[in-house]
Amino acid sequence: MVKRIIARLDIKGPNLVKGIHLEGLRVLGKPELFAKHYYETGADELMYVDVVASLYNRNSLHDIITKTAKEIFIPLTVGGGIRTIDDIRAVLRAGADKVSINTAAIKDPEIIRSASRYFGSSTIVVAIEAIKDQNGKYFAYTDNGREYSGVEVLSWAKRVEELGAGEIVLTSVDREGTGKGFDIDLIKMITASVSIPVIAHGGAGDMQNLMDCLKNGGVSAIALASILHYGFIKNQEVKGDFSSEGNIEFLKNKRLNSNTPDLSIIKIKHYLHSNNIPVRLSIDETGL
Amino acid sequence: MKQDCKREKRVGIIDYQLGNLYSVQHACTFAGLVPEIVSNPLKVNSYDGLILPGVGAFGEAIYNIRRLDLEKPIMDFIASGKPFLGVCLGMQLLFTESEEFGMHKGLNIIPGKVIRFPKRNNMGDLLRIPHIGWSRIFPAQNGMIHFPQDTPFSEIAVGEYMYFVHSYYTVPINPEHSFSITNYEGINYCCSSVRDNVFATQFHPEKSSQKGITIYKNWAKMIH
Repeated sequence: MVKRIIARLDIKGPNLVKGIHLEGLRVLGKPELFAKHYYETGADELMYVDVVASLYNRNSLHDIITKTAKEIFIPLTVGGGIRTIDDIRAVLRAGADKVSINTAAIKDPEIIRSASRYFGSSTIVVAIEAIKDQNGKYFAYTDNGREYSGVEVLSWAKRVEELGAGEIVLTSVDREGTGKGFDIDLIKMITASVSIPVIAHGGAGDMQNLMDCLKNGGVSAIALASILHYGFIKNQEVKGDFSSEGNIEFLKNKRLNSNTPDLSIIKIKHYLHSNNIPVRLSIDETGL
Repeated sequence: MKQDCKREKRVGIIDYQLGNLYSVQHACTFAGLVPEIVSNPLKVNSYDGLILPGVGAFGEAIYNIRRLDLEKPIMDFIASGKPFLGVCLGMQLLFTESEEFGMHKGLNIIPGKVIRFPKRNNMGDLLRIPHIGWSRIFPAQNGMIHFPQDTPFSEIAVGEYMYFVHSYYTVPINPEHSFSITNYEGINYCCSSVRDNVFATQFHPEKSSQKGITIYKNWAKMIH
């Protein structure tokens, strides 16, 4: 089956941001610019996550979704702060195709059932943010990896499938933003226990990580953030025009060191294709 | 092409209160059409083309269509010979019946059934369902090396990737009603269907990148 490469954009106010372990957010630029670039270079889907949704008002997110939906014709999943059926309807109306839910689902799992019945299973993605405890057990966290829920990840994944979720996006908070590789044990544990598609997120640092995850993890897709964003910034003149909100020191100084991998979706897909992992390339590229 | 630009081509997108119509609307606009979301049965016949989109469950969809008195206007529109496009669940609804959560009667424009993906394929591999992702499309008719000109798939390469999201698929009784096929984990099935002025795709052209937009542009050319 063709593996999907999903570009994940964490959004705060009007800006694309990126942290480590979902914390310490840096401003990277305008999400629309990154989204368009990823669309044009072969991303299979986009995922927007409003990382501080509970703290700020969400009008800017809706604007970003609407702008995206008008000119980008690949699936768009939107998450962050979605609590009710009305919230789901609002982001779908703005132009999203799917929504991802974490905190609200843990607080009241029935929202998965009602939402998937109402909007269709394939519209409802459950985000699971996993942290490994000292005993090696994984627990789901809420509020963008900040709050311990006491819910054990494996049983939660099975439960969300039963409740009608169409997909799971599984984040290893321990690896997120570190580039140290995916947590393959976590990923395998989940993909072996559910039959809905699983998207792996968190930890991609180089091509080998991606290969390992797609070859051995049993996932249908991987969501990439840092590895794509820093690759794009590295190859681009960063233009001004940022909102004054947030930490923009990084951008002003363009503090990318030589270790920043020079990767793009095109390079990643060609690498995977040449290693016999099926990915979507245009027909002209594969020579088929 | 010049003639195409002369006048607005107005397209109705049927709203039966399920799923996301906006991506279809944006794709139509991008393809040069003038789309309008319609749920008023009296307005349906006023358009130059009609689209039945849809994400969600078959039973609920057909129930809503009937409850909103949209079945007859849809059938009348199709009988008028004007271009009609079904997308995803909108394709499935055109078939005779579906087994999704019990048996449901469809619009019966295209004779055939809508059935669920099996749990496992012939090799015994477990299928991940829903099928969410990109699959390659091929002409359904044997020996065809290109998609025919003057169809919604003209200029689409054989083997092109399209974006799918579904757990059920269609099985037309008459092989001539199958326009293209695809394969998911070893299961071959019909992924677009044609009958006279009715064209329908199981995948989402509006989510299938630039190639999908080409399908909307091609379809737009068929509207007069």
